[in-house]
Amino acid sequence: MYFSANNLTGGYGGVNIIEDCSFKVNLGEIVSILGPNGAGKSTAMKAMLGILSLNSGDVLLNGQDITKIKTQDRIKLGISFVPQIKNIFTELSVKENLEMGAFLFDENIDNKIDEMFTLFPILKEKRNQIAGELSGGQRQQVAIARALMTNPKVLMLDEPTAGVSPVIMEELFQHILNIKKQNIAVLMVEQNARQALEISDRGYILVTGKNAYEGKGDYLLKDKEIRKAFLGG
Amino acid sequence: MDFLNSIILLTNFIIVPGITYGSQLALGAIGVTLIYGVLRFANFAYGDLMAFGTMIVILVTWYLQSKGISFGLLPTALIALPVGILFTIAVSLFFDKTVFEYYREKKSNPVTFIVVSLGIMFVLNAVVRIIIGPNDINFMDGHKFIMKAREFKQLTGLNEGLAIKSTQVITLITTIITCALLFYFLNKTKTGKSMRAYSDNEDLALLSGIDPKRIVLLTWVIVSILATVAGTLYGLDKSFKPFTYFNNLLPIFAATIVGGIGNPLGAFYGGFLIAFSEIALTYAYKKFFKYLMPESLEPSTLIQFISTDYKFAISFAILIIVLIFRPNGIFKGKVI
Repeated sequence: MYFSANNLTGGYGGVNIIEDCSFKVNLGEIVSILGPNGAGKSTAMKAMLGILSLNSGDVLLNGQDITKIKTQDRIKLGISFVPQIKNIFTELSVKENLEMGAFLFDENIDNKIDEMFTLFPILKEKRNQIAGELSGGQRQQVAIARALMTNPKVLMLDEPTAGVSPVIMEELFQHILNIKKQNIAVLMVEQNARQALEISDRGYILVTGKNAYEGKGDYLLKDKEIRKAFLGG
Repeated sequence: MDFLNSIILLTNFIIVPGITYGSQLALGAIGVTLIYGVLRFANFAYGDLMAFGTMIVILVTWYLQSKGISFGLLPTALIALPVGILFTIAVSLFFDKTVFEYYREKKSNPVTFIVVSLGIMFVLNAVVRIIIGPNDINFMDGHKFIMKAREFKQLTGLNEGLAIKSTQVITLITTIITCALLFYFLNKTKTGKSMRAYSDNEDLALLSGIDPKRIVLLTWVIVSILATVAGTLYGLDKSFKPFTYFNNLLPIFAATIVGGIGNPLGAFYGGFLIAFSEIALTYAYKKFFKYLMPESLEPSTLIQFISTDYKFAISFAILIIVLIFRPNGIFKGKVI
């Protein structure tokens, strides 16, 4: 496995929000973390990024233990993150947002930006517009493109489809499938469980901070008990 | 003829001084707005930082004068300016390392920062008074007037004169150069863009690999340059008195908030708006109307909206009106 988090336990102020959670994702794979509200999905993601300090557990990237490495240095190692809110620079233009994503890299920024414009054609059209003026779906595309500018091997998305219409959600998932084709490991937390599983290779279902179920996307979709409990029948 | 005279009168007493004072306020306000945008607090020590920078410029000017060095027609202070800037940067970084950094790492709230900056304001204020004294100092040398009122009258045959001091032209040119460089830096260079990005969304800037320590350092450097330049221009144009710089904090803050706090371009316009309001509302228009009206309608009063003694009330009034009706400024800024 390219990126794995093993037996993570941690939380805020002495209270453990996640307990003994494990997640694994390989290059060219989409893995979803699902579960009810307050299950610790976003917290688990923060733990993998190093934003949350762990009481136990470790995080491995391509065999290297990165548990003790600072968030900023994890970005340099190829982990990129799209937060759920405040995930774009609202006062900067679309192009400037992308440039900031590539802040750590000096070469071939223009090539990389062109690559993003191919992946997200609407951004090319809006490249000189202030990002804060874009629609919800377009803002999410800016956010994802910004994260991809760091040349990541692992892309983490925290509820990329929160608050967008079903049509836009479809479109965003399509983009995520295209990202997967570039041999990037995609790990996402989602509220729209059913639709997320449809494009995912594997899924984890988190309940009260613990791994409850895991398996292939279609397996989780078909399982009666899981459907009833988490996917709305 | 009367019409031309009235125009010259307004140019001489409102437009030329307004542009000069506006430039000085604009430079100051951009500094305050950058500190707010990047470091997220209102820096009350800013006026005294300007005084400190100007003081160093004056001391170096005196030294240069004692060595017989001058800048020809231009004031010697312009040669001394880079030294003043270096010292001001040093002082800013010193206070950042010894004081502000501690509160930043503790993630103190903005009110704590304001009180801390008040403390630094008193320290800087005292340092300046101990070193150079509280009195008025005129350190302008070189050629004083580009156009004298009398010369203008002789040249044009008009009743009204138009005087243009060389400090006014120097102020305008320096402001244009400084602002052009600053806005080029902020909008076109990678480092400048990263500063805007950090000001816009700190967390995402961290996730993009932008180093906050470097941004903070850079902000203090830029702000120190702006403070020294603005302070020196103001001192050359009027005169240097430490207390005036403290006083100027009000119009500078008003300009910052009117322009939308955290928005450098807004601060620039805000500076001119405050300067022109202050000058236009304290000017006595009696003579102006005398030129334009028939003798029978000649005004009997001064037609002055408010006495010059109350000029600070104007900044204050504008500040309050803006805060009530457009709390994030005329140009889009952060909501305070």
